[in-house]
Amino acid sequence: MEIRPIVASLKKHRIPAVLIVLEIALACAVLCNAVFMVHQCIASVNSSNAIDEAGMSVITVGGIDASQAPAAIVRDLAAFHSIAGVKAAAAVDRVPLDHDVWLGSYSATPTEAGWINSSIYFLGDGGERAMGLRLLQGRYFTPEEYAGGAVGADGKSTSHVVIINESDAKRLWPGQNALGKQLYSDETVWTVIGVVADVLAQAPDFSGGTGKYSSVFFPLRPDVELGRYVLRSSPADRDRVLAQAMRALGTLEPGAVLEGHAYVDMRSAYFADVRGMAWMLTLVCAVMLAVTALGIVGLTSFWVGQRRRQIGIRRAVGATHAQILRYFQTENFLLSTAGVLLGVVLAVAANLYLVRHYEVGHLPWSYLASSVLALWVLGQVAVLGPALRAAAVPPVVATRSV
Amino acid sequence: MFGYYIDLALRSLKHNRVLTGLMVLAIAVGIGASMTTLTVMHLLSGDPLPGKSATLFYPQLDPDTSVASSHSQPTDVMDYRSAMDLWSAHRADRQTIVVDSDLKVTAPDANVPPLMMTMLSTTADFFPMFDVPFQYGSGWSDDDDARRSRVAIISASLNDKLFGGANSVGRTLRLRDTDVRIIGVLKPWRPSPLFYTVRGGRFAHGDTATFYGKIEDVFVPLSSGLEINDGNFYQFNCWGMPKRTGHLIDAPCEWVAVWVQLNNAAKQADYRRFLHDYAEQQQSLGRFTHAENTRLPSLMEWLDYNGVVPSDVHLQTGLSFAFLVICLLNTVGLLLAKFLRRGGEIGVRRALGASRGAIFAQFLVEAGVVGLLGGVAGWLLTLVGLWLVRQQPTPYADMVHLDAFMFVITFALAIVVSLLAGALPALRASRMAPAFQLKAQ
Repeated sequence: MEIRPIVASLKKHRIPAVLIVLEIALACAVLCNAVFMVHQCIASVNSSNAIDEAGMSVITVGGIDASQAPAAIVRDLAAFHSIAGVKAAAAVDRVPLDHDVWLGSYSATPTEAGWINSSIYFLGDGGERAMGLRLLQGRYFTPEEYAGGAVGADGKSTSHVVIINESDAKRLWPGQNALGKQLYSDETVWTVIGVVADVLAQAPDFSGGTGKYSSVFFPLRPDVELGRYVLRSSPADRDRVLAQAMRALGTLEPGAVLEGHAYVDMRSAYFADVRGMAWMLTLVCAVMLAVTALGIVGLTSFWVGQRRRQIGIRRAVGATHAQILRYFQTENFLLSTAGVLLGVVLAVAANLYLVRHYEVGHLPWSYLASSVLALWVLGQVAVLGPALRAAAVPPVVATRSV
Repeated sequence: MFGYYIDLALRSLKHNRVLTGLMVLAIAVGIGASMTTLTVMHLLSGDPLPGKSATLFYPQLDPDTSVASSHSQPTDVMDYRSAMDLWSAHRADRQTIVVDSDLKVTAPDANVPPLMMTMLSTTADFFPMFDVPFQYGSGWSDDDDARRSRVAIISASLNDKLFGGANSVGRTLRLRDTDVRIIGVLKPWRPSPLFYTVRGGRFAHGDTATFYGKIEDVFVPLSSGLEINDGNFYQFNCWGMPKRTGHLIDAPCEWVAVWVQLNNAAKQADYRRFLHDYAEQQQSLGRFTHAENTRLPSLMEWLDYNGVVPSDVHLQTGLSFAFLVICLLNTVGLLLAKFLRRGGEIGVRRALGASRGAIFAQFLVEAGVVGLLGGVAGWLLTLVGLWLVRQQPTPYADMVHLDAFMFVITFALAIVVSLLAGALPALRASRMAPAFQLKAQ
């Protein structure tokens, strides 16, 4: 296909050509970044979390006084263990994805500057079993460590042992075995006795990229800090176990304020806004592509209308249907190509801006490539109707005055 | 002439319904998307206390004496002693201290199970200073602050929950183990954001939607609140060990915030000097090590510093405006197609004496009519969009609505966009040579 006459003709219709190119460029830039963000949203919703999510129920207990709490915890846990189907039960201070955050910063040396928002989890006796942590190295806390653990007035554990996430072990001691190493928070120090598979932060959005999988676990004896009960059962028993546990707590602790949820519901509630964002982006992209396609249809139809006579003449001097069809398809391809080239530049610029100012990663090339492909296809689909109508112009038009 | 152009525009638009429909649709979806996000932005970035905010200031000191933390900025909130010093100096027109804590609330004479609620411990000036509206009763006096009176003010929503909305002044509320007398019930009050508890935005990674939560349900005098809920106060940050968990009055921790009202520039300058001198004095006493880290941002400056508008909302607004530009380009193209097709009509009008300006005006009016139609459809889409936002589980969802100002902006934006889109095609149309167009017929 000879492209010189097409370029010559486009030069005569500069404004509509520039409009189409700009529209495609913007659509390409928005599409790349929006699809990438949708992908990040989905990745965030599907974040792995090495606890037994499906079998866990969480009951938050409020309004119990510090002096009453230790006795209440012992009494309540005993009651939970008598419920049929309960595999494990424990009191913990917080669970992942609960919005209620307690953060601290930990390092491999006492002087290390800069903070990482590590989520602090205090586990009551048996907490590792109730949550279903997955031990990769080392051991869990012993009953003695649980019985001896307390929270200092500064909020730090008075225990001397800590269990950390796999990601933290790699981040703090790259290439080394984290077991037995010293973990610091300012001047306080703990010995790493275990490494577990990555447990999510209490609020990953709030903790930012580095804090998402930065969690530390300390043992704690029955204490008012342990304001949540975690019950573990098989997923099939879960709802019944939760209801029975709530009833038992209602009679055991009449003055307490109780709130019980299956953990899967808590997870779903936590990510509801991310899912909302993903849907919104998808909707905007769909409408934007439709608008762009309609714009291409509109302008090409106008062009075809304007050039009926020329088309008729070309037909009269021997051009086939297919040649006319291909003329408009090639023209659209040239415009789309100019558009996506500009669009890729815009997309990368927009992404660099987003990376600087928001929690967005660098745009991988595959997103650029697939957006370019998508817009090429969109252009060809949009142009097909008007191009077919152009090809249908009979040669006799050339002999008419209109 | 304008009426005639409107008539011409309507005739022309009726003539090609599909093209008209496409243009109206393009403007409508662009307006719908951008007005939805702009309305949310408008609600979240607005002034929580219009008319008053310019006189409200947030004193900041740096009581943190630890070497470990970086000291480029003052602390977000302050320790109890500094706050009390500033408050009892009474150097501002009004001053108050605020601190939140959670506790169990029961109403002995209401048949409602105990609730976990957030309580704001504050001082008498809080209510007049922030123009807090009362439904029943009134605030407490300075005397109540000094005497640790067991009094409380409750929110409209707690009053509805416990007392079915009746006048509950004089009734009793049990806060943890202490009985307090209700002396006031607020009207529904929803400052956006909940400015007096905003802090720590710089550590939030843009996830700041929680700044737009609802007000506390119980308000008590600071001196009473510290006793009632002793042991349950959370620090924002500590640089030394508190003696007892949750008891922070004498602890090296930042946990309370101070707000002051300064009615004129002279007082503001005075207060700045006072704050500076106070920090210098504390440094010479050895209690501060970073006296130079002293600031007095105004309310709006403090909100800006904390980047209160969530980054999601910024992103969505940017995206929707990119989308609006696409719709605008699209409309330019369609209008161009529509106008240039009417060479014959333009030629006849020009030949009969219409000037280029008149042609330009005629086509611009036509574009404006498209914009108006697009505005109506865009307004409906905006309502749908805002309804969708209200279904989202964000703390500010309940506040989202289209106010009169944004309603007007919707139509203004639609017409401006369509006139912008129409300008170039109308110009092209007015430049067509009449003779050529007539001959071609």
